[in-house]
Parts: sequence; C-alpha cells; structure tokens
Amino acid sequence: MSRLLVIGLNTFRENLRDKILYNLLVFAVLLIGVSILLADLSIMEHQKIVTDMGLASINLVGVIIAIFVGIGLVSKEIERRTVYTIMARPISRTQFLLGKYLGLVLTLFVNVVVMVAVFLLTLQVYHAPVHGALFQAIQLMFIEMLLVTALALFFSTFSSSTLSAILALGLYVVGHLTADLQGLAESSRSDMLKGVMTSLYYLCPNLELLNIKGQAAMGQVVPLSYQALASAYGLLYTALVLTGACLVFQRRDF
Amino acid sequence: MEQILIEGLTKTFRSGWPGRPPVTVLDGLSLSVRKGEIYGFLGPNGSGKTTTLKILMGLMRATGGRAEVLGKPAGTVEVRRRIGFLPEGPYFYDYLTAEEFLFFYGHLAGLAHVELGQRVVHLLDLVGLTHARDRQLRKFSKGMLQRIGLAQAIIHDPGLVILDEPMSGLDPIGRKQIRDLILSLRDQGKTVFFSTHIIPDVEMICDRVGIIVKGRLLESGRVEELVGQAHSVEVICDGVKADQLSLFASASTRMVQQGGRCLIMLPGPERLEEVLAAIRAQGGRLVSVTPQKRSLEELFVQKSGGQA
Repeated sequence: MSRLLVIGLNTFRENLRDKILYNLLVFAVLLIGVSILLADLSIMEHQKIVTDMGLASINLVGVIIAIFVGIGLVSKEIERRTVYTIMARPISRTQFLLGKYLGLVLTLFVNVVVMVAVFLLTLQVYHAPVHGALFQAIQLMFIEMLLVTALALFFSTFSSSTLSAILALGLYVVGHLTADLQGLAESSRSDMLKGVMTSLYYLCPNLELLNIKGQAAMGQVVPLSYQALASAYGLLYTALVLTGACLVFQRRDF
Repeated sequence: MEQILIEGLTKTFRSGWPGRPPVTVLDGLSLSVRKGEIYGFLGPNGSGKTTTLKILMGLMRATGGRAEVLGKPAGTVEVRRRIGFLPEGPYFYDYLTAEEFLFFYGHLAGLAHVELGQRVVHLLDLVGLTHARDRQLRKFSKGMLQRIGLAQAIIHDPGLVILDEPMSGLDPIGRKQIRDLILSLRDQGKTVFFSTHIIPDVEMICDRVGIIVKGRLLESGRVEELVGQAHSVEVICDGVKADQLSLFASASTRMVQQGGRCLIMLPGPERLEEVLAAIRAQGGRLVSVTPQKRSLEELFVQKSGGQA
C-alpha cells in the first residue's frame, strides 16, 4: 500500500474516532431541522427556505470541518510529537503532508454525502423539487472545501493552531468579498490603496465563483462551461496552495 | 563500516527576537558507533542528546559538520528504510489499538500485509503485550508504551536501532524489561545507539559510552577504560589502634576507627606494602584490601561540572 494512502486512511480513521466530527454531523442535522421549523412558520416559499437552509448548513459545516480539523492536521502532529515516529519511516515530507490532506478530504467527502442524504430526505418530506442545480451547487461547495482545507493546512505548516485558524477564517471571509476589494480599488483615489486592493483581489481566492447556492435554491442551472471553469479555478488554486505547503514543510525542523 | 559517523556536528538555533544571540546546542560533536555494539550516549539534560538524534533521523537539519548513518548522509529516505527509532516520550496515536498501531508502522515501513501479520504476532509476544493487542494505547501504562514503541522501532527488522531515553520515567521492572530487550537486540547482531542520563543502565548494558556535555563529546570509550585503573585502595584491619600508627596518618587520605576495626583509605597502591607490614608489626589482623575504581557516575559528574 502506498505510504501516502497509509497516512490518508489513518487520518480518516483518526477523524472518525474524533467525537468532534460526530458533533458536527448532529449540528448539520439540527440546522436542517431548524429549516423544517422555519418552513412550517412561513406560508409562502417554504420549499425554497428548506432548500436554502439545507445548502447553507452543508456549506457551513463543511467549511468548519475544513478549517478547524485542517489547522490541526500538521500542527497537532508536531505539538503532540507524533510526527517523530512517522518521519523516522521511509516517507517523504510531501507524502506525509498530502496523506494528511487526503485523509481530511475523505472525511469531508463522507460527511458531505451523509449531509446531502439527510438534505434530500428533507426535500422529499416537503415535496420540494430535486433538480440538477442543487448538485451543481454541492459540487462547487465541495471544491471550496478542498481549497479551504488546503489553506488551513498551508497555514498550519508554519504557525500555531490559533493563528492558523484566524488566518484561514480571515482568508475565507475575504475570499467571499473579493468583488468588494475590486470595487474599493476602482473607487480609491490613493494609488497605494488602489495597488494594495488590486493585489489582494488577484492574490486572494475568489470563493464567490464557487458559490451558486442562490441560483440553485431557485432551480436555475448554471452552464456546464461555468461549472467546469469554476472547478478548474478552485482545483488549480488548491494545487498551488498545497505546493506552497509542501515547500514550507520541507524546510521545517521538528 | 561505522554504523553512525558524526564529525564536527554543530546546531545553532536562531532566536525568534532580533538582538537576542543565537543558541548553540551542538558544538563540534564527533563520535562513531560500530556494528553490533550497544553505544550509550550519556549526558545531562539539555546537553544536546535529543538534537543529535533528531539530526540523525532527519527531523532536524545540522548547521554544520557531517552526520552519516550506514555510510550515507543521515536523514534520507533510503537510510530511514534501514533504521528503527524510538523518540523520547514517546507520543503515539493513542486512539489506535496495539495491533492497529503495529500494522500502521509496518505499512509505513513498506511491509506486505501477510508478512506483517506474522511479524505483529511475534513482536507483541516479544514485548509481552499479546494480552493487550486489542486495547487502545490511551489505556496503556508508561512502561507498556515504551515496549510497544520499541516494537514499532524494530517492526521492519532494522540493523540499527536508535533510542532516545528509552528507560526514562520507568519503574525498576519497566527498566529491566527495556534493558533485556536492548540486550536481545544485540544478541541478534543489531547495533543499538541510545541516549540516557541514567548511569546504571549504561554501566550494565553498554559496550561503549560517550559523554556529551554542552554539545561536545568529552569522553568516549569502553566503560572499563573510562572508569580506568584503581585509583585508591581501601584497607580494613582488626586489632590495631589508629593512633598507634603514625605511618598510617601520613600514608592515608582517610582513617576511620570503629571499635577494634580500622579502615584506612590509601590514595594509591604505592605505599600499600609498607602499610601492610606496619599492620603485621603491630600484631593486627588484615580483613580486606579492596582497590577502589572511579565510578562512571563520578566521571559523569566531574565531566559535566555537576550539571547532572
């Protein structure tokens, strides 16, 4: 078995035995439950509310797992010194890092599958339509989770868990506001501010590209070319961040 | 071929704050470990033992000097394939059972699943943990953790085993179990390099010892060579009053009279015959003559300047 896979499967096992993940699953079920409650209260558009809340819950829980488990992937190994015996084995640092990433991606995938199943069941209960647009939104949400996990992993290769969480959360928020950065740059009179905002706009991931929840809730299918391009953008950004993480991790002393 | 060869190894840590001087942990350390021996790497806390081991395992980069393991630069994937390592602590994934734990490290070492199954059964038996095979490591005692840690270090049957403080924090029974395991590794022809600050462990099982203080190797050699020749002689006799023997006062470093028995400590064997003749001349009876060797502990305390 490839060493990368051994690390990945063990990380997945660790996540499964970690009670936090089960709590998050309960949290997702609760959120979807709240959406049912809201739908009961609202006379109009209750199907849309269920769809909206369901997608938002899956997204929120996925991103929370990606950030808060992602920041511990490497820093926890170093703080707990478990990395010593792993890196004493014939395994490269890149294999270790990508293995840890793979393990969390697998965890996220299983979580998303469970949440989507609960979501679809809820839609069935409310006779809400299940259409392709929902799956498009979920697929792009998963790409966003891959990217956010990579960011959390990147920060955790050189900073503490707390700082990594702040940086990853910050970048996640900024990533959804890149259009505002561009707007600020355009309306700014200061050349320096314009320069900084434009740089940030190009440097930060544009996570809004991966957000089509609004359209999906209304049943609007986005063109496949958009979906493919947005996915490619997210995956390319993820690959770049992972490469950066590997380069930083390569130089670390334990 | 030397199993471990270290020449002029240095490691300096930069301070995180500007203006603060860097800290030198290893300062031109040189040592070598030969095939088939147990080498004890002895030093007080903070002397650079763990840093040296981390550099050998590739967990840390040296600032300068040379470190070779099995004839190749230390820390490469190729070298790590052929050595076993147990860090100080040790810290493992405590959610794994003993069996899962050994399978995990066996797979990382590249062993096939079938071959690994037999190996895991054998190792659990060797370290006396067959009864705890399905127990999670979080429920293990410190001694059990050290034993399962040693099992993971040798899961791939390496020729060289590097152990960081393997006996630290264990009770006498736990220490004996680890000592016996280390001795059994040597009996199988393996080389063992281990760091410690517990002197009796070194005296009991090591073929050679190196004493590291402040990042430098101050002494290295066989234990007998290091503790050296007898440097004082203890003479015990009966029926002689010390105050009758002015000779003893000038020849000895210490005299103790207890009832009819007299203990005379001579600084060396040079005047022994003279003292024995004087005892006989006084009608005394010789009880014992014991050459006193310098203990490794004395040497260690002397070399480390009392830091131990």
